[in-house]
Amino acid sequence: MSAAGHASVPSPAGRSLLSIDELGSAGVLRILDLADHMAEVNRRPVPKVPALRGKTVCSVFFEDSTRTRLSFETAAKRLSADTMTFSVSQSSLNKGESLRDTIETIAAMGVDAFVIRHRSSGAPWMVRNWTQASVINAGDGWHAHPTQGLLDVFTVRSSLGRTGGLDGLRVAIVGDVKHSRVARSTSAAFRALGADVMLVAPRTLLPPVVDEPVTERLDDVIGDVDVLYLLRMQNERMNEALVPSLREYTARFGLTPERAARLAPHTLVMHPGPMNRGVEIAVDPAELPGAVVTRQVTNGIAVRMAVLFDLLGSGDPAASPAAGSVPSPVTSAEGAPR
Amino acid sequence: MNILVTGATVIDQTGTRRADVRVAGDTVTEVGEELAPGADDRVVDASGRVLCPGFVDLHVHLREPGREEAETIETGSRAAALGGFTAVVAMPNTDPTQDCVEVVEFVRRQGERAGLCHVAPSASITVGRAGTRLVPFAELAAAGVRLFTDDGNGVQDPLLMRRAYEYAAGLSGQFGITLAQHCEVERLTAGAVMHEGECCSHLGLPGWPSIAEELMVHRDIELVRLTGGRAHLLHLSTQRSVELVRQAKADGLAVTAEATPHHVSLTDDRLRSYDALYKVNPPLRTMDDVEAVREGLADGTIDAIATDHAPHAPDTKERPLDEAPPGMLGLETALGVALASLGMDVADVVAAMSWKPAAIAGLEGRHGRPVAPGEPANLTVFDPNVEWEVVPATLASRSRNTPYVGVPLRGRVTHTIFDGHLVVDEGVATR
Repeated sequence: MSAAGHASVPSPAGRSLLSIDELGSAGVLRILDLADHMAEVNRRPVPKVPALRGKTVCSVFFEDSTRTRLSFETAAKRLSADTMTFSVSQSSLNKGESLRDTIETIAAMGVDAFVIRHRSSGAPWMVRNWTQASVINAGDGWHAHPTQGLLDVFTVRSSLGRTGGLDGLRVAIVGDVKHSRVARSTSAAFRALGADVMLVAPRTLLPPVVDEPVTERLDDVIGDVDVLYLLRMQNERMNEALVPSLREYTARFGLTPERAARLAPHTLVMHPGPMNRGVEIAVDPAELPGAVVTRQVTNGIAVRMAVLFDLLGSGDPAASPAAGSVPSPVTSAEGAPR
Repeated sequence: MNILVTGATVIDQTGTRRADVRVAGDTVTEVGEELAPGADDRVVDASGRVLCPGFVDLHVHLREPGREEAETIETGSRAAALGGFTAVVAMPNTDPTQDCVEVVEFVRRQGERAGLCHVAPSASITVGRAGTRLVPFAELAAAGVRLFTDDGNGVQDPLLMRRAYEYAAGLSGQFGITLAQHCEVERLTAGAVMHEGECCSHLGLPGWPSIAEELMVHRDIELVRLTGGRAHLLHLSTQRSVELVRQAKADGLAVTAEATPHHVSLTDDRLRSYDALYKVNPPLRTMDDVEAVREGLADGTIDAIATDHAPHAPDTKERPLDEAPPGMLGLETALGVALASLGMDVADVVAAMSWKPAAIAGLEGRHGRPVAPGEPANLTVFDPNVEWEVVPATLASRSRNTPYVGVPLRGRVTHTIFDGHLVVDEGVATR
């Protein structure tokens, strides 16, 4: 494609989920309400509905993430979609075809949605320009991971037994915000629902500019938060001198037994996984009454089912093979705008 | 064939006036009012247009040898001619590197073969641009090289750079050579794809902080102060860099500087599209920086407009931002961007595109000359008022990576006369 074409690509036909910002508050609420009903499906003896029969969902993972890929593929299968997987290690990608050629080749096989994970921020935005299929961002670089943000707010909302938004909820996101697509999307999702998000991190682990209030003193806020969200601290960061040592990081920002004792009884403790035990979380989560880490994983399926159905579900109940057997909320979604 | 340009507003370093200009052979033969066309004269009606000494671009990447899929010396020369340039300085980051007489001579010959503008090869400061050993400056200077640079990279090692300035200063009695620095402390920009600031924070992209440029600007200014050498600072992009150069000039140091059209017209929020067309090194910065660079050009702190014309094949610019190469086309849009963005008098823009860069490049004997009888016929005619938009498919460059699609430009070259030949006629290349 010419540079001109590239710069002025019209909006493609497929609807996509690339970021919480693009989804907007109303969109977040729509997905959460839909996910409530998908969670109900998942509690059935046979957790499967034919809502997306005949649809093909292809996961294209340019970066390893078995957890996220399995979660999406399980979600697609519970909606009776066909699934395909394309995964490339970065090394083979470098020798091989371009991202564009990969996407266009798979698209030519006939897929309705791409679930894409890429180590480069922005890659799903490029992919959206090259295909008519829906594109779901399953994590791009440091930038966004919108289904993680959605499953996080879904987990909080359902744990608190709330409907609607999360007005006034106090959330602290702790750790390496700078390199974290989870932090960006989870913060955006909480804020889209009216929660107050604070970042707790040393200056070296924050991007140059942030929208949220910041503190470096976890001890000042830990007793007052409704949600304590711990980010993964990666060993590689040590090589870049972003913190002096993991020991010092844990001392200042880790959930130690002493800090755990100061949590309010209702405070939820969350982590996107995989956890670095002894670093950001130095207590056994099983011993924390507020820990909802496994619930996050479980809810990931329902939320991803909701996303897939929202993007790919038929607008016409009569024409859908799912008619009659889909959960009632799905019917309400069919009447939703867009 | 003789050429008679009539009715032009002539702008050069001696001032601005209405005049007709006659060219015979490779020389301007007559400048005056109401010159009568001779039987042989090709008449160019330049009413409402400006005639000036040809533009000189201190900074182009012509990609040959080594990356001919992106540009060749011929296609790049044609783009230059269409942009009104009669001379361009070819950056040395070719493959093989322009670090020895053989490669430099190859580039010069390819330029002569194309015959569209004067291709003046620069040479690298270090062998292979590897930053470890100095090139044979005297040998290359004897072969005509006047500008030395490792552009694409800055020379990171301060000791090596000190030696380079000292050694080059020692040659000044024999050859006037200038060391041109790409100012970037690479330890501060590892992995960076865009300006470090608000946009990169939201986009989740590694930032290229302004201070990585400013530290090297400062280092090289101080090395010039220490060694008595001469530095040209390439593509200044930050507010503080401009201030440092302003102070260096006030101190009387032999420091010159250039700025690109894109750094006076585009800001980092273009990257919100994640389109690698907007990836460039140094990166697009904030509006405050853009305004500071414009001001630097307006008050003469920054001497020259140079394009950093950097062609890249389309597939490479369709990669994710961290994988795509930096750089944008500039030759064919430079004047239009400068006049649309800078708010400077046309004569000042012409100065920054013609005789001022000609002097820095050591080309002042042949380019950027006053429009007067006996002077070399390297001239540009442009319409300073026409508004237009670039159409990538019509560019003469082999690549298409212009960031200006949909951006209104003002001022366009209609004729370029190189060595007395009309190489661009009514906006069309004749060769």
